[in-house]
Amino acid sequence: MTPSRTAFAAILGKDLRAELRTLQSLPAMALFAVTSFVIFRFGLNRTSLSGSLAAGVLWATLLFAAVLGINRLFVAEREEGGFDAIRLAPIDRSVLFTAKATALVIYLAALELIAVPIFAVFFLNSAAALPPLIIVLLLADIGLASAGTLISSMAVNSRARDLLVPLVLLPLVVPLMIAATAATEPLMLLGGVSYHRFGTWLMVLGLYDLIFALLGYAVFDFLLED
Amino acid sequence: MADDQKGAGPAIKLVGLRRVYGDRAALEDVTLETAVGDSLVVLGPNGAGKTTLLRILATLLRPTGGEVGVLGCKLPDEAWKLRGKIGYLGHEPLLYRDLSGRENLRFHAKLHGIKGARAEARIEELLDAVKLSHRGDERTFEFSAGMRQRLAICRCVLHEPELLLLDEPDSNLDIEGREIARTLIGPGGGHTRVVVTHDPERFLPEAHQVLRLDVNEPAAVS
Repeated sequence: MTPSRTAFAAILGKDLRAELRTLQSLPAMALFAVTSFVIFRFGLNRTSLSGSLAAGVLWATLLFAAVLGINRLFVAEREEGGFDAIRLAPIDRSVLFTAKATALVIYLAALELIAVPIFAVFFLNSAAALPPLIIVLLLADIGLASAGTLISSMAVNSRARDLLVPLVLLPLVVPLMIAATAATEPLMLLGGVSYHRFGTWLMVLGLYDLIFALLGYAVFDFLLED
Repeated sequence: MADDQKGAGPAIKLVGLRRVYGDRAALEDVTLETAVGDSLVVLGPNGAGKTTLLRILATLLRPTGGEVGVLGCKLPDEAWKLRGKIGYLGHEPLLYRDLSGRENLRFHAKLHGIKGARAEARIEELLDAVKLSHRGDERTFEFSAGMRQRLAICRCVLHEPELLLLDEPDSNLDIEGREIARTLIGPGGGHTRVVVTHDPERFLPEAHQVLRLDVNEPAAVS
Protein backbone atom coordinates (compact mmCIF):
# COMPACT_ATOMS: atom_id res chain seq x y z
CA MET A 1 0.00 0.00 0.00
CA THR A 2 1.15 3.51 -0.83
CA PRO A 3 1.48 5.62 2.35
CA SER A 4 -1.64 7.75 2.82
CA ARG A 5 0.34 10.98 3.18
CA THR A 6 1.97 10.40 -0.23
CA ALA A 7 -1.40 9.77 -1.88
CA PHE A 8 -2.92 12.75 -0.03
CA ALA A 9 -0.16 15.07 -1.23
CA ALA A 10 -0.47 13.75 -4.79
CA ILE A 11 -4.25 14.29 -5.01
CA LEU A 12 -4.22 17.66 -3.24
CA GLY A 13 -1.27 18.89 -5.34
CA LYS A 14 -3.00 17.77 -8.52
CA ASP A 15 -6.22 19.60 -7.60
CA LEU A 16 -4.51 22.85 -6.59
CA ARG A 17 -2.30 22.82 -9.69
CA ALA A 18 -5.30 22.28 -11.97
CA GLU A 19 -7.30 25.03 -10.24
CA LEU A 20 -4.43 27.52 -10.44
CA ARG A 21 -4.13 26.79 -14.16
CA THR A 22 -7.78 26.81 -15.12
CA LEU A 23 -9.36 29.02 -12.41
CA GLN A 24 -12.63 27.13 -12.82
CA SER A 25 -13.96 27.49 -9.27
CA LEU A 26 -12.39 30.35 -7.32
CA PRO A 27 -13.13 33.30 -9.63
CA ALA A 28 -16.79 32.25 -9.92
CA MET A 29 -17.07 31.92 -6.14
CA ALA A 30 -15.43 35.31 -5.54
CA LEU A 31 -17.49 37.06 -8.21
CA PHE A 32 -20.69 35.63 -6.77
CA ALA A 33 -19.78 36.83 -3.26
CA VAL A 34 -18.80 40.34 -4.35
CA THR A 35 -21.92 40.71 -6.53
CA SER A 36 -24.10 39.56 -3.64
CA PHE A 37 -22.56 42.16 -1.31
CA VAL A 38 -23.21 44.87 -3.90
CA ILE A 39 -26.85 43.74 -4.20
CA PHE A 40 -27.26 43.67 -0.39
CA ARG A 41 -25.64 47.11 -0.11
CA PHE A 42 -28.11 48.71 -2.50
CA GLY A 43 -31.07 46.40 -1.83
CA LEU A 44 -31.04 47.06 1.91
CA ASN A 45 -30.06 50.69 1.30
CA ARG A 46 -27.77 50.56 4.35
CA THR A 47 -24.18 51.71 4.60
CA SER A 48 -23.58 49.67 7.73
CA LEU A 49 -24.88 46.46 9.20
CA SER A 50 -24.56 45.02 12.67
CA GLY A 51 -25.48 42.04 14.81
CA SER A 52 -27.61 39.26 13.35
CA LEU A 53 -28.28 41.06 10.05
CA ALA A 54 -24.55 41.46 9.36
CA ALA A 55 -23.89 37.84 10.30
CA GLY A 56 -26.77 36.64 8.12
CA VAL A 57 -25.62 38.60 5.06
CA LEU A 58 -22.05 37.35 5.46
CA TRP A 59 -22.89 33.67 5.94
CA ALA A 60 -25.68 33.46 3.36
CA THR A 61 -23.29 34.89 0.77
CA LEU A 62 -20.36 32.64 1.73
CA LEU A 63 -22.60 29.55 1.78
CA PHE A 64 -24.03 30.06 -1.71
CA ALA A 65 -20.61 30.97 -3.09
CA ALA A 66 -19.25 27.76 -1.56
CA VAL A 67 -21.94 25.71 -3.34
CA LEU A 68 -20.45 26.80 -6.68
CA GLY A 69 -17.10 25.27 -5.72
CA ILE A 70 -18.66 22.17 -4.16
CA ASN A 71 -20.54 21.47 -7.40
CA ARG A 72 -17.29 21.30 -9.35
CA LEU A 73 -15.20 19.43 -6.77
CA PHE A 74 -15.34 15.99 -8.43
CA VAL A 75 -16.03 16.98 -12.03
CA ALA A 76 -12.47 16.20 -13.20
CA GLU A 77 -12.60 12.81 -11.47
CA ARG A 78 -15.90 12.02 -13.15
CA GLU A 79 -15.11 13.32 -16.64
CA GLU A 80 -11.43 12.40 -16.87
CA GLY A 81 -11.46 9.01 -15.18
CA GLY A 82 -9.86 10.01 -11.90
CA PHE A 83 -12.24 7.80 -9.91
CA ASP A 84 -11.06 4.71 -11.81
CA ALA A 85 -7.40 5.72 -11.47
CA ILE A 86 -7.77 6.09 -7.71
CA ARG A 87 -9.74 2.83 -7.39
CA LEU A 88 -6.96 0.99 -9.25
CA ALA A 89 -4.18 2.39 -7.06
CA PRO A 90 -3.00 0.67 -3.87
CA ILE A 91 -4.22 3.47 -1.61
CA ASP A 92 -6.74 3.93 1.15
CA ARG A 93 -9.66 5.41 -0.79
CA SER A 94 -10.65 7.64 2.12
CA VAL A 95 -7.54 9.66 1.25
CA LEU A 96 -9.52 11.03 -1.70
CA PHE A 97 -12.12 12.40 0.75
CA THR A 98 -9.44 13.98 2.95
CA ALA A 99 -7.59 15.52 0.01
CA LYS A 100 -10.76 16.89 -1.63
CA ALA A 101 -12.04 18.32 1.67
CA THR A 102 -8.65 19.97 2.26
CA ALA A 103 -8.70 21.44 -1.25
CA LEU A 104 -12.17 22.82 -0.55
CA VAL A 105 -11.03 24.37 2.76
CA ILE A 106 -8.22 26.09 0.81
CA TYR A 107 -10.69 27.37 -1.83
CA LEU A 108 -13.01 28.67 0.91
CA ALA A 109 -10.13 30.37 2.71
CA ALA A 110 -9.07 32.03 -0.55
CA LEU A 111 -12.67 33.11 -1.17
CA GLU A 112 -12.86 34.61 2.31
CA LEU A 113 -9.55 36.43 1.87
CA ILE A 114 -11.27 38.32 -0.94
CA ALA A 115 -14.87 38.47 0.27
CA VAL A 116 -14.54 39.27 3.98
CA PRO A 117 -12.45 42.47 3.56
CA ILE A 118 -14.95 43.65 0.92
CA PHE A 119 -17.79 42.85 3.33
CA ALA A 120 -16.02 44.85 6.03
CA VAL A 121 -15.54 47.84 3.72
CA PHE A 122 -19.18 47.74 2.58
CA PHE A 123 -20.92 47.09 5.90
CA LEU A 124 -18.75 47.33 9.04
CA ASN A 125 -17.85 50.45 10.97
CA SER A 126 -14.69 48.93 12.38
CA ALA A 127 -12.40 46.01 11.66
CA ALA A 128 -12.39 44.84 15.31
CA ALA A 129 -14.63 41.88 14.48
CA LEU A 130 -12.24 40.45 11.92
CA PRO A 131 -9.52 38.83 14.10
CA PRO A 132 -11.94 36.71 16.18
CA LEU A 133 -13.98 36.04 13.04
CA ILE A 134 -11.03 34.09 11.60
CA ILE A 135 -11.58 31.18 13.99
CA VAL A 136 -15.32 31.08 13.17
CA LEU A 137 -14.51 31.08 9.45
CA LEU A 138 -11.97 28.29 9.87
CA LEU A 139 -14.30 26.02 11.86
CA ALA A 140 -17.24 26.68 9.51
CA ASP A 141 -15.02 26.02 6.48
CA ILE A 142 -13.99 22.62 7.84
CA GLY A 143 -17.64 21.65 8.42
CA LEU A 144 -18.76 22.96 5.05
CA ALA A 145 -15.89 21.18 3.31
CA SER A 146 -16.60 17.87 5.06
CA ALA A 147 -20.33 17.89 4.31
CA GLY A 148 -19.78 19.39 0.85
CA THR A 149 -17.20 16.78 -0.18
CA LEU A 150 -19.48 13.98 0.95
CA ILE A 151 -22.53 15.31 -0.93
CA SER A 152 -20.54 16.29 -4.01
CA SER A 153 -19.08 12.79 -4.34
CA MET A 154 -22.59 11.31 -4.21
CA ALA A 155 -24.11 13.82 -6.64
CA VAL A 156 -21.34 13.86 -9.23
CA ASN A 157 -22.57 10.76 -11.03
CA SER A 158 -26.01 12.26 -11.51
CA ARG A 159 -26.96 14.34 -14.52
CA ALA A 160 -28.87 16.57 -12.08
CA ARG A 161 -25.64 17.28 -10.16
CA ASP A 162 -26.10 21.06 -10.15
CA LEU A 163 -29.54 20.63 -8.63
CA LEU A 164 -28.75 17.79 -6.24
CA VAL A 165 -25.86 19.44 -4.40
CA PRO A 166 -27.86 22.44 -3.12
CA LEU A 167 -30.97 20.32 -2.52
CA VAL A 168 -29.17 17.84 -0.29
CA LEU A 169 -26.39 20.00 1.10
CA LEU A 170 -28.32 23.07 2.21
CA PRO A 171 -30.58 21.27 4.73
CA LEU A 172 -27.53 19.40 6.07
CA VAL A 173 -25.58 22.59 6.76
CA VAL A 174 -28.43 24.41 8.53
CA PRO A 175 -27.00 23.52 11.99
CA LEU A 176 -23.56 24.70 10.83
CA MET A 177 -24.96 28.00 9.58
CA ILE A 178 -26.96 28.55 12.78
CA ALA A 179 -23.80 28.05 14.83
CA ALA A 180 -21.68 30.20 12.50
CA THR A 181 -24.12 33.13 12.48
CA ALA A 182 -24.67 32.85 16.24
CA ALA A 183 -20.90 32.96 16.82
CA THR A 184 -20.50 35.88 14.39
CA GLU A 185 -23.40 37.99 15.65
CA PRO A 186 -21.81 39.23 18.95
CA LEU A 187 -18.60 40.06 17.09
CA MET A 188 -20.47 42.59 14.94
CA LEU A 189 -22.61 44.40 17.51
CA LEU A 190 -22.97 48.18 17.21
CA GLY A 191 -21.44 48.73 20.62
CA GLY A 192 -18.30 46.77 19.78
CA VAL A 193 -17.09 43.19 19.88
CA SER A 194 -18.75 40.96 22.47
CA TYR A 195 -17.86 37.36 23.28
CA HIS A 196 -21.24 36.41 24.75
CA ARG A 197 -21.63 32.59 24.27
CA PHE A 198 -18.88 32.77 21.64
CA GLY A 199 -17.10 29.71 23.03
CA THR A 200 -20.31 27.67 23.15
CA TRP A 201 -20.98 28.24 19.46
CA LEU A 202 -17.37 27.47 18.58
CA MET A 203 -17.80 24.13 20.34
CA VAL A 204 -20.98 23.45 18.32
CA LEU A 205 -19.04 24.22 15.15
CA GLY A 206 -16.24 21.92 16.25
CA LEU A 207 -18.69 19.12 17.03
CA TYR A 208 -20.32 19.47 13.59
CA ASP A 209 -16.86 19.34 11.97
CA LEU A 210 -15.95 16.21 13.89
CA ILE A 211 -19.20 14.41 13.02
CA PHE A 212 -19.04 15.11 9.28
CA ALA A 213 -15.30 14.54 8.99
CA LEU A 214 -15.64 11.12 10.66
CA LEU A 215 -18.79 10.29 8.68
CA GLY A 216 -17.12 11.19 5.38
CA TYR A 217 -13.97 9.25 6.21
CA ALA A 218 -15.99 6.21 7.26
CA VAL A 219 -18.40 5.97 4.32
CA PHE A 220 -16.28 7.27 1.44
CA ASP A 221 -14.84 3.87 0.56
CA PHE A 222 -18.37 2.53 0.03
CA LEU A 223 -19.35 5.54 -2.08
CA LEU A 224 -16.57 4.74 -4.55
CA GLU A 225 -17.85 1.20 -5.15
CA ASP A 226 -19.78 0.65 -8.39
CA MET B 1 8.40 -13.11 -13.37
CA ALA B 2 5.87 -15.11 -15.34
CA ASP B 3 8.05 -18.23 -15.42
CA ASP B 4 8.52 -18.05 -11.66
CA GLN B 5 4.77 -17.93 -11.18
CA LYS B 6 3.88 -20.73 -13.62
CA GLY B 7 2.42 -23.57 -11.63
CA ALA B 8 1.37 -21.25 -8.81
CA GLY B 9 -2.25 -21.41 -10.00
CA PRO B 10 -4.03 -19.64 -12.82
CA ALA B 11 -3.73 -15.89 -13.25
CA ILE B 12 -7.45 -15.70 -13.94
CA LYS B 13 -10.09 -18.19 -12.90
CA LEU B 14 -13.76 -17.59 -13.69
CA VAL B 15 -16.49 -20.05 -12.73
CA GLY B 16 -20.04 -19.24 -13.84
CA LEU B 17 -19.37 -15.50 -13.82
CA ARG B 18 -22.53 -13.45 -14.14
CA ARG B 19 -23.15 -9.73 -14.21
CA VAL B 20 -26.51 -8.05 -14.67
CA TYR B 21 -27.52 -4.41 -15.10
CA GLY B 22 -31.09 -4.12 -13.87
CA ASP B 23 -32.88 -7.04 -15.53
CA ARG B 24 -30.41 -7.33 -18.44
CA ALA B 25 -27.58 -9.84 -18.21
CA ALA B 26 -24.33 -8.42 -19.59
CA LEU B 27 -22.38 -11.60 -18.78
CA GLU B 28 -23.86 -15.04 -18.24
CA ASP B 29 -22.07 -18.19 -17.08
CA VAL B 30 -18.52 -17.33 -18.16
CA THR B 31 -16.05 -20.03 -17.13
CA LEU B 32 -12.34 -20.10 -17.98
CA GLU B 33 -8.82 -20.39 -16.61
CA THR B 34 -5.88 -18.41 -17.92
CA ALA B 35 -2.34 -19.33 -16.95
CA VAL B 36 0.20 -16.81 -15.68
CA GLY B 37 2.00 -15.11 -18.57
CA ASP B 38 -0.61 -16.10 -21.15
CA SER B 39 -2.64 -13.83 -23.42
CA LEU B 40 -6.40 -14.11 -23.40
CA VAL B 41 -8.11 -12.42 -26.34
CA VAL B 42 -11.77 -11.49 -25.89
CA LEU B 43 -13.88 -11.15 -29.02
CA GLY B 44 -17.51 -10.26 -29.53
CA PRO B 45 -19.90 -7.72 -30.97
CA ASN B 46 -20.86 -4.44 -29.32
CA GLY B 47 -22.83 -4.98 -26.13
CA ALA B 48 -21.62 -8.55 -25.63
CA GLY B 49 -20.07 -7.70 -22.22
CA LYS B 50 -16.38 -7.45 -23.12
CA THR B 51 -15.77 -4.19 -21.28
CA THR B 52 -17.89 -5.40 -18.36
CA LEU B 53 -15.64 -8.47 -18.08
CA LEU B 54 -12.53 -6.30 -18.13
CA ARG B 55 -13.89 -3.96 -15.46
CA ILE B 56 -14.78 -6.90 -13.22
CA LEU B 57 -11.23 -8.26 -13.57
CA ALA B 58 -9.91 -4.76 -12.80
CA THR B 59 -11.98 -4.69 -9.56
CA LEU B 60 -13.92 -1.69 -10.89
CA LEU B 61 -17.21 -3.63 -11.08
CA ARG B 62 -18.62 -6.25 -8.76
CA PRO B 63 -19.75 -9.55 -10.24
CA THR B 64 -23.42 -10.39 -9.66
CA GLY B 65 -22.76 -14.11 -9.39
CA GLY B 66 -20.19 -16.86 -9.91
CA GLU B 67 -16.58 -17.04 -8.76
CA VAL B 68 -13.81 -14.70 -9.86
CA GLY B 69 -10.17 -15.27 -8.98
CA VAL B 70 -7.43 -12.94 -10.22
CA LEU B 71 -3.74 -13.47 -9.37
CA GLY B 72 -4.81 -15.73 -6.51
CA CYS B 73 -7.24 -13.20 -5.03
CA LYS B 74 -10.96 -13.86 -4.77
CA LEU B 75 -13.10 -10.97 -6.03
CA PRO B 76 -14.71 -8.85 -4.81
CA ASP B 77 -13.67 -9.72 -1.22
CA GLU B 78 -9.90 -9.51 -1.78
CA ALA B 79 -9.93 -6.72 -4.37
CA TRP B 80 -7.75 -4.56 -2.13
CA LYS B 81 -4.90 -7.07 -2.47
CA LEU B 82 -4.92 -6.68 -6.25
CA ARG B 83 -4.66 -2.91 -6.52
CA GLY B 84 -1.32 -1.95 -7.92
CA LYS B 85 -0.85 -5.30 -9.63
CA ILE B 86 -3.17 -4.44 -12.51
CA GLY B 87 -2.51 -2.23 -15.51
CA TYR B 88 -5.82 -1.12 -16.97
CA LEU B 89 -6.19 0.51 -20.37
CA GLY B 90 -9.86 1.28 -20.94
CA HIS B 91 -11.87 3.51 -23.25
CA GLU B 92 -10.91 6.52 -21.14
CA PRO B 93 -7.18 7.31 -20.87
CA LEU B 94 -7.49 8.21 -17.13
CA LEU B 95 -5.43 11.33 -17.72
CA TYR B 96 -6.20 14.84 -16.49
CA ARG B 97 -6.54 17.30 -19.37
CA ASP B 98 -5.17 20.23 -17.39
CA LEU B 99 -1.96 18.48 -16.36
CA SER B 100 0.97 17.87 -18.67
CA GLY B 101 1.99 14.38 -19.74
CA ARG B 102 4.83 14.31 -17.22
CA GLU B 103 2.61 15.65 -14.43
CA ASN B 104 0.00 13.01 -15.15
CA LEU B 105 2.60 10.24 -14.98
CA ARG B 106 4.11 11.72 -11.79
CA PHE B 107 0.64 11.75 -10.24
CA HIS B 108 0.08 8.09 -11.07
CA ALA B 109 3.60 7.21 -9.93
CA LYS B 110 2.90 8.75 -6.53
CA LEU B 111 -0.42 6.90 -6.23
CA HIS B 112 1.48 3.67 -6.87
CA GLY B 113 4.20 4.53 -4.36
CA ILE B 114 6.96 5.13 -6.95
CA LYS B 115 8.96 8.09 -5.74
CA GLY B 116 11.81 10.44 -6.51
CA ALA B 117 14.57 9.55 -8.93
CA ARG B 118 13.10 6.11 -9.59
CA ALA B 119 9.81 7.66 -10.70
CA GLU B 120 11.52 10.27 -12.87
CA ALA B 121 13.71 7.66 -14.55
CA ARG B 122 10.72 5.41 -15.25
CA ILE B 123 8.67 8.32 -16.62
CA GLU B 124 11.46 9.43 -18.97
CA GLU B 125 12.04 5.85 -20.08
CA LEU B 126 8.36 5.47 -20.98
CA LEU B 127 8.02 8.88 -22.64
CA ASP B 128 11.08 8.02 -24.73
CA ALA B 129 9.56 4.67 -25.63
CA VAL B 130 6.33 6.26 -26.90
CA LYS B 131 8.21 9.17 -28.51
CA LEU B 132 6.53 11.85 -26.41
CA SER B 133 9.55 13.19 -24.54
CA HIS B 134 9.52 16.44 -26.49
CA ARG B 135 5.80 17.01 -25.79
CA GLY B 136 5.82 15.77 -22.20
CA ASP B 137 5.44 19.23 -20.65
CA GLU B 138 2.36 20.15 -22.69
CA ARG B 139 -1.08 19.80 -21.19
CA THR B 140 -2.80 16.70 -22.46
CA PHE B 141 -5.84 18.56 -23.79
CA GLU B 142 -3.45 19.76 -26.51
CA PHE B 143 -2.65 16.15 -27.45
CA SER B 144 -4.21 14.29 -30.35
CA ALA B 145 -6.27 11.18 -29.55
CA GLY B 146 -3.34 8.99 -30.63
CA MET B 147 -0.91 10.85 -28.37
CA ARG B 148 -3.31 10.50 -25.46
CA GLN B 149 -3.50 6.77 -26.13
CA ARG B 150 0.31 6.52 -26.13
CA LEU B 151 0.42 8.37 -22.83
CA ALA B 152 -2.36 6.16 -21.45
CA ILE B 153 -0.21 3.12 -22.31
CA CYS B 154 2.63 4.68 -20.30
CA ARG B 155 0.22 5.19 -17.41
CA CYS B 156 -0.95 1.60 -17.70
CA VAL B 157 2.55 0.04 -17.44
CA LEU B 158 4.19 2.70 -15.24
CA HIS B 159 4.03 0.56 -12.09
CA GLU B 160 5.07 -2.66 -13.89
CA PRO B 161 1.82 -4.55 -13.30
CA GLU B 162 1.53 -8.33 -13.33
CA LEU B 163 -1.76 -8.31 -15.21
CA LEU B 164 -2.59 -6.10 -18.19
CA LEU B 165 -6.26 -5.50 -19.01
CA LEU B 166 -6.42 -3.88 -22.42
CA ASP B 167 -9.62 -2.63 -24.03
CA GLU B 168 -9.00 -1.95 -27.72
CA PRO B 169 -5.35 -1.02 -27.06
CA ASP B 170 -4.73 0.02 -30.66
CA SER B 171 -7.59 2.49 -30.84
CA ASN B 172 -6.51 5.88 -32.24
CA LEU B 173 -2.96 4.62 -32.86
CA ASP B 174 -1.22 4.92 -36.22
CA ILE B 175 1.05 2.17 -37.57
CA GLU B 176 4.09 3.51 -35.72
CA GLY B 177 2.00 3.86 -32.55
CA ARG B 178 0.89 0.24 -32.80
CA GLU B 179 4.47 -0.94 -33.04
CA ILE B 180 5.41 1.19 -30.04
CA ALA B 181 2.44 -0.17 -28.11
CA ARG B 182 3.54 -3.71 -28.93
CA THR B 183 6.90 -3.16 -27.24
CA LEU B 184 5.22 -1.99 -24.01
CA ILE B 185 2.05 -4.05 -23.78
CA GLY B 186 2.67 -6.80 -26.30
CA PRO B 187 3.21 -10.47 -25.48
CA GLY B 188 6.48 -11.64 -23.99
CA GLY B 189 6.72 -8.87 -21.42
CA GLY B 190 6.28 -11.34 -18.58
CA HIS B 191 2.78 -10.20 -17.74
CA THR B 192 -0.55 -11.94 -18.17
CA ARG B 193 -2.71 -10.09 -20.70
CA VAL B 194 -6.42 -9.84 -21.39
CA VAL B 195 -7.06 -8.04 -24.67
CA VAL B 196 -10.51 -6.97 -25.76
CA THR B 197 -10.52 -6.32 -29.48
CA HIS B 198 -12.54 -6.03 -32.66
CA ASP B 199 -9.39 -6.79 -34.66
CA PRO B 200 -8.89 -10.58 -34.39
CA GLU B 201 -6.40 -10.64 -37.29
CA ARG B 202 -3.96 -8.58 -35.28
CA PHE B 203 -4.36 -10.17 -31.88
CA LEU B 204 -5.28 -13.83 -32.53
CA PRO B 205 -1.74 -14.84 -33.57
CA GLU B 206 -0.45 -13.89 -30.12
CA ALA B 207 -3.37 -15.40 -28.16
CA HIS B 208 -2.98 -18.46 -25.95
CA GLN B 209 -6.71 -18.53 -25.37
CA VAL B 210 -9.75 -16.92 -27.00
CA LEU B 211 -13.01 -16.05 -25.29
CA ARG B 212 -15.95 -15.33 -27.60
CA LEU B 213 -18.82 -13.42 -26.05
CA ASP B 214 -22.10 -12.82 -27.83
CA VAL B 215 -25.43 -11.26 -26.95
CA ASN B 216 -27.85 -13.96 -25.74
CA GLU B 217 -25.34 -16.73 -26.56
CA PRO B 218 -23.22 -18.77 -24.12
CA ALA B 219 -19.59 -17.70 -23.82
CA ALA B 220 -17.17 -19.94 -25.73
CA VAL B 221 -13.53 -20.52 -24.82
CA SER B 222 -11.06 -21.94 -27.32
